[in-house]
Amino acid sequence: MIVVKPKPIDEILGFLSKHKNVLVVGCDGCTTPPRGLREAQTQVNLLKLAAKLKGISLNLKASTIAKTCDKHIVYSTLASQLEGIDAILSLACGIGVQVLNEVFPQLPTYPGNDTIFNGMQEKEGGIFEERCKACGSCILGETGGICPIARCSKSLLNGPCGGCFEGKCEVTFNGEKHDCAWYLIYQRLKELGRLEDFKKLRPLKDWSLLVGPRSSMGV
Amino acid sequence: MKGKFTPFSELMKKIAAGEFVYTGELEPHKTTDISETIEWARTLKATGKVTAANVTDNPSSTACISSLVAAYIIQRETGLETIYQLRTADRNRLALVSDVLGAGALGLKNILALTGDHTMLGDNPQSKPVFDLDGTQLIAMIKQMVYEGKDPAGNEIANPPKINVGAAAQPGADPLEMEILKMERKVEAGAEFFQTQVVFDVEVALKFLDEASHLNVPILIGIFPPKNYGQAEYFSKYVPGVTVPDQFLADLKKLSEISDKAERKRKINEYNVEYFSNFIREIKKKPVCKGCHIMAVGYPEVIGPIVERVEKGA
Repeated sequence: MIVVKPKPIDEILGFLSKHKNVLVVGCDGCTTPPRGLREAQTQVNLLKLAAKLKGISLNLKASTIAKTCDKHIVYSTLASQLEGIDAILSLACGIGVQVLNEVFPQLPTYPGNDTIFNGMQEKEGGIFEERCKACGSCILGETGGICPIARCSKSLLNGPCGGCFEGKCEVTFNGEKHDCAWYLIYQRLKELGRLEDFKKLRPLKDWSLLVGPRSSMGV
Repeated sequence: MKGKFTPFSELMKKIAAGEFVYTGELEPHKTTDISETIEWARTLKATGKVTAANVTDNPSSTACISSLVAAYIIQRETGLETIYQLRTADRNRLALVSDVLGAGALGLKNILALTGDHTMLGDNPQSKPVFDLDGTQLIAMIKQMVYEGKDPAGNEIANPPKINVGAAAQPGADPLEMEILKMERKVEAGAEFFQTQVVFDVEVALKFLDEASHLNVPILIGIFPPKNYGQAEYFSKYVPGVTVPDQFLADLKKLSEISDKAERKRKINEYNVEYFSNFIREIKKKPVCKGCHIMAVGYPEVIGPIVERVEKGA
């Protein structure tokens, strides 16, 4: 899933205060937490309230798109809804915001979210954790299926570093200690009887594979 | 690049000659004036016992004067050989190659290759962390530069640097097996010596030395004679993987309560000299232990007496 975080209302109002009629568009695709029609409607209500408090006059409507990363779906869904609209607020990920700007270049589309990472649901209560950085040279085969690029805060290939203590990373995120990826790799490879893989010296990584903009051409 | 090794530095020449060596630690700060650090280096040099001193690179990810520049100035001003610490946290491979070449040109002879603390733990936590390489890969990179005259991409280096490269180890790691496997990897990369994290408990050091003896790479055990009770307590409470024996803490606490300042200082010095000279005598019995890294930052005057006591016996 693509994990997103709603932007603060004040930041969004900063974008929209230059406009009069705004369409708030959700996305039913892979964003999490869900950012579909219901959330678009909630966003409209919140923005109306905040605008009123600040004395800003704004007309807001809610809509949604099945998959904002698909140009055809975006066009066929929204083209008929844009009469009188002078800006779009998208609740999709960063890709969706860019698609909307490309499909409807006459209208500015603003992001309603900060897009954070690609993750999987790790804990109860809808908490997601990053699992893949799409780094272009997968080493999961050597690491017992645990990714050190996404899960080690330093993306080390020969970890753990000296910051691993009691299986936890030296870096805290939101006040919480998280697992040291290399400690997990050590444990997993030990279980599998493959500590030779742990001990293996991994050469320098080709980080150029991560330099954008990346394209599927020639892949 | 296991196996290829020429002793370029005084440190490695002495170890190769079978001498038990002592290294110190110098921590230049966020300043252009390192005269205080130079004074400490002079104190280390004056002991006649310290072969080289580490010069820290952005310790705890706080942005300080370049360790390359500080190591060079210290070496030039005092004649004390330096061990230039180099972290991969802040530099990509181009910058690392540049700095290693710079070190070679400036006559530095030792590098301690480190990954470094995460930049988020430091004084500029919003920085973009680099970690293009890890500390182990940095060892391999330097070895390739020194012994093959090539940079990471295989480009030729005209007049390669002549530098020895060491690595860090943590005797208090849990599980120790994982640490030993990491050290094996560092040896595979070409590590020529190890300097360890601080150890207070001699049993921890001895067990570690036994477990690492098969590596056949010189190990310098790290110690930290504390200037006061607060420093010892800090290690005990806040430094992961470092255990301070209860008796040590209790003794130091008692000494810290002496009201006369000069007397308190004298007693704490005496205690450190007694405790750590016994400690060193024990670790010296292990053949893989080739030295002691005394991290008396801001307390260099304790080093001479400790070493003299070790040499005197009892």
